[in-house]
Amino acid sequence: MDFLLQPLNLVIFFPLLGVLALLFLKERESLARWVSLITALITFGISLWVLGLFDAANPDLQLTVVRDWIQVAGWNIRYAVGVDGLSILLVLLTTFLTPIAILSTWRAVEDRVRDFQLFFLLLEVGMLGVFLAQELFLFYIFWEFTLVPMYFLIGIWGGPKRMYAAIKFFLYTMAGSILMLLAILWLGINQGSFYLPDLIAIGGIPADIQYWLFIAFAAAFAIKVPMWPLHSWLPDAHVQAPTAGSVILAGVLLKMGTYGFLRFNLQLFPQTSVQLAPVMGVLAVIGIIYGAIVSYPQSDVKKLVAYSSISHLGFVVLGLFALNQQGISGAILQMVNHGISTGALFLIVGFIYERRHTREMDEFGGLWKVMPVYAVLTLIVALSSMGLPGLNGFVGEFTILLGAWGGGVANGPYGSYLFAGLAAVGVILAAVYMLFMFQKLFLGPVTNKKNEGLKDLSARELAILIPLLVLIFWIGLYPQPFFALIGPAVAKLTASFSGIAYLPIP
Amino acid sequence: MNYFDLVPWIVFLPVLGLLLNILIGKRLGERGSSLVAFLASGGAFVVSVLQWLSLSAHPEAHIVKFAEWINIGALQVPWAFRVDTLSVTMMLVVSGVGTLIHIYAAGYMHYDVRYKGDPAAYQRFFIYLNLFIAAMMILVSGDSYLMLFVGWEGVGLCSFLLIGFWFNKNPDGSSGMENSNAAKKAFIANRVGDLGLLLAMFAIFTLMGSLSFDTVFARAEFINPSYILAITLFMLIGVAGKSAQLPLYVWLPDAMAGPTPVSALIHAATMVTAGVYLVARSAPLYSLAPAAQTTVAVVGALTALFAATIAVGQNDIKKVLAYSTISQLGFMVAAVGLGAFVAGMFHLVTHAFFKALLFLGSGSVILALERAHHPIDGDHEQHHEEPKKGHAFDPQDMRIMGGLRKVIPTTYRVYLIGALALAGLPPLAGFFSKDEILTDALHANPLVYALLTAAAFLTAFYMGRQVLLVFFGEPRSHAAEEAVESPPIMTWPLIVLAGLSILGGLINFPGLHGLTNWLEHTLGHEFAHATEFNLTVALTSTLLALLAIYLAWTLYGREPLKAKAADPLAKRLGSLFTALQNKWWVDEFYGWLIIRPYQRFAAFLADVVDWRFWHDWVHDSLIARGFRGLAVFLANPVDLGVIDGLANGLATGARGLASSLSILQTGYVRNYALMVFFGVVSMLAYLIFFS
Repeated sequence: MDFLLQPLNLVIFFPLLGVLALLFLKERESLARWVSLITALITFGISLWVLGLFDAANPDLQLTVVRDWIQVAGWNIRYAVGVDGLSILLVLLTTFLTPIAILSTWRAVEDRVRDFQLFFLLLEVGMLGVFLAQELFLFYIFWEFTLVPMYFLIGIWGGPKRMYAAIKFFLYTMAGSILMLLAILWLGINQGSFYLPDLIAIGGIPADIQYWLFIAFAAAFAIKVPMWPLHSWLPDAHVQAPTAGSVILAGVLLKMGTYGFLRFNLQLFPQTSVQLAPVMGVLAVIGIIYGAIVSYPQSDVKKLVAYSSISHLGFVVLGLFALNQQGISGAILQMVNHGISTGALFLIVGFIYERRHTREMDEFGGLWKVMPVYAVLTLIVALSSMGLPGLNGFVGEFTILLGAWGGGVANGPYGSYLFAGLAAVGVILAAVYMLFMFQKLFLGPVTNKKNEGLKDLSARELAILIPLLVLIFWIGLYPQPFFALIGPAVAKLTASFSGIAYLPIP
Repeated sequence: MNYFDLVPWIVFLPVLGLLLNILIGKRLGERGSSLVAFLASGGAFVVSVLQWLSLSAHPEAHIVKFAEWINIGALQVPWAFRVDTLSVTMMLVVSGVGTLIHIYAAGYMHYDVRYKGDPAAYQRFFIYLNLFIAAMMILVSGDSYLMLFVGWEGVGLCSFLLIGFWFNKNPDGSSGMENSNAAKKAFIANRVGDLGLLLAMFAIFTLMGSLSFDTVFARAEFINPSYILAITLFMLIGVAGKSAQLPLYVWLPDAMAGPTPVSALIHAATMVTAGVYLVARSAPLYSLAPAAQTTVAVVGALTALFAATIAVGQNDIKKVLAYSTISQLGFMVAAVGLGAFVAGMFHLVTHAFFKALLFLGSGSVILALERAHHPIDGDHEQHHEEPKKGHAFDPQDMRIMGGLRKVIPTTYRVYLIGALALAGLPPLAGFFSKDEILTDALHANPLVYALLTAAAFLTAFYMGRQVLLVFFGEPRSHAAEEAVESPPIMTWPLIVLAGLSILGGLINFPGLHGLTNWLEHTLGHEFAHATEFNLTVALTSTLLALLAIYLAWTLYGREPLKAKAADPLAKRLGSLFTALQNKWWVDEFYGWLIIRPYQRFAAFLADVVDWRFWHDWVHDSLIARGFRGLAVFLANPVDLGVIDGLANGLATGARGLASSLSILQTGYVRNYALMVFFGVVSMLAYLIFFS
């Protein structure tokens, strides 16, 4: 039992208690929602306890639990979890967004309530496992584990083309994961351990092999992010997924990709990271611009938000491969920011969808007059998403771009200013698609009779959005507590790049 | 005794005001909520005055650090306020003129919300107005480029909100999208400018390791001048966006869609001068890059002349003032570009007085006509029929005015003072500040001097034309005959501003150099030299202004315009006048060059490239079907047990992409969930008991 009571094990596996309780409930019971919500809230409480135990000044893994697990054929597979500045915020983001997403299903999911909640809690276990696992084998298990509940959430509770979207999501991610699995096996067999701190300490992987291992890991992560041009599954998954699924998909699941780059590619293959930083930077910048341009002509709000994620996560990748403190700290914060802002945007889209059962922007117009509270809150979220100073998105984007301007991404033949300069154009384009979206929904006169009687946000809907808005302002105005958690771990990580000279790829 | 520690209140008080109005504004009623907003802005003015007093005793810069903000490695940017003579000058203008406009707006908006049929919007207006004061104060008092940028984009947001204040209408009051289009246009044009400022900040931080003004300026001289040139030119893009200079000025005329107090406060007196402030603030950088200085000066001078030509051809009372504002901003930008930082700031201050006066005066005129056209009695709400687009009564059209000096004499008198100040006639404020710019220009750059002098001539002409069209001659409509003078709450701020427009020249009176000496504490002697009065320049510009006014009189005064008659300029200028009326077709040109190509390209990229090619064809057709074909091929001819099974499995999976999997609809789902659950539980059990 002592094992289960370790703080990190508790936070990962606590939702299973909720799953167990749900298994004893009948199919349609609304009690299922409460069981699920309370479980998620307690999990959030536990994660706050973890935060209390966390020593921000310590750059290393903390609260680690390491056990021998599977010893077959000379493989030394262990169970190892731990948390550091690179992951603590993502753990909190997960436990914070999950109850919010669950609360959003109150009216939206009427069908097979219990099963829905069951998968949702299982999904939380998987996500927390991904962010806390410090052992490659265990990480891989959790990574694949998250696919299953998400597959069902989209496939059962999704829109008209849900099966197509669910299978595409599943196959696409699997395809990348297989390459990662091969790389994990190579590492485990040749380096004699799957335990991440061991692997980092051992090091000494020849440069050419590092190169291939980097690409194998990157394949899995780039699909997950998704980086251009591997984004084709995302619009389908988002448009078809139920609101709560989209919130978690955009809010947390996509971050598993960027987190993977941070945790594995940068730490395990520093040499190749420096080498390939410009390539990653190019892909990231293309994603930023491409995502922003493609968002603009969309007619379905949800699809617009989905494409905007490609643009936003391009910023995160760009920050990571700046390989300096500003870039990486900004990238980690921006993962949180995107989870909050885009999560909120998906919730907002869900609110109007529940009222009108359409997401076509042409159906709306002039909603500010009808739903003023909804309009103002949407405006704040939209502004946060397009990086208005004083709100959260700006702090992340600015530090990322500042890092990228002179950072490692700028190595090589591409010149030092081009990355940040072009990426900053994405900031203008973000204003373009966001303002068009806002105008089409909220400004102008009410032209569609169906919109005249719409009710403004309910107390429950406000309760869902307000925690997100608090964070939007908090991070925007006073992000220091967040940077303080990130800082030391990032400083340690960037120090590992300092001795590496950039060499062109052979 | 000093009050420097109070400086954060210039931001907190307006924030407090807007929060109060958000929370209890509806209960406070119109009087209560406008009073709260006024007290918030007035309080900020009092704090600014206290800063001024404290600074008079201790003129060196004071930095009041309030809190940490962004702190990563070398990047250290706190929330820190900077109190120096330059920032306090701006604080006084913003909160002083701002507070007067709050008073005026309390009266103006009472009518406006009723004419627009939405009295509940009153509180919202004052919330935005306070938000604007807060953001503008952050802009002028920030101690780093980044904090300046917070205010910089913050005022842009307020501008967006206030231009689109009547977001469901067109500027003429009919239902439509035009106001919201104007708001969006302003935001996006400003964002283009903001990109320049962002790039400047990246370069500054990378080269100088800081974003705080003092550190940056101290290190600037050790940096390769070509980098400084790049930084200052990036900044110029920001200036062009915010201060509506060529080529980004196009948003400002459309911004007149906002209620008139907004046009006075944001789009004339304060926000649009932020670019001038930025260049003055960055004087140590610009002085290291002479090429950038020349560029700034030429951009400013060209804008001054270009916008002045358009102002000549406008019929909308506010559009004339809007182009005039762009033109006057060009004067200021040209001045600071030439290194005449004090002259630029001097004109910024006097322009804030007389242009706020003119805009508010035009608001009084507009309201006078509106109230004559359809009277509303007192505070009682009346049913207001919504006009159809194009058929609306347009109280801003100067062609339906005329003869107003008799019916609204107070407005007429103050307006005349504002117009003469803008035309630059002695001894009004505009004369001194404009002449200081012209004198500096003559010494520094004859081309700039010539452009500005031509612009000054046109300024006097279009103001003469406007005053004659609006206030002289015979009324050209029923509304103009019956126009109603505005209530005292609106006229008193006008009278105060008229007084300031008369006396404003004293701020930097030739020979006394008050503003020069004041700003010297911040800019240093090098950048704040006193300009001696130049009689030739003064006489030239005065005579030109008089000539222009005479010219306007011969066209519009001697034979006043008749109702529905063509503008006398149309005959004389021919197609040139058409070009002026159509603003040289710049909007159409941008639509052709940028907007429509972007829309087409985006639609192509989204629909054809991303969706039909990449999503449908490559993924669904090529990959999925190719995979299935391969699987079928392997399954049939190569009938090996292992491969067969594997391939069939793959084929099934691939087929599933197009069809639906029936398993999910059945009760198997719970079994999957159970399997997953027990899988995890058994893994845990193993770890607990066997490891």
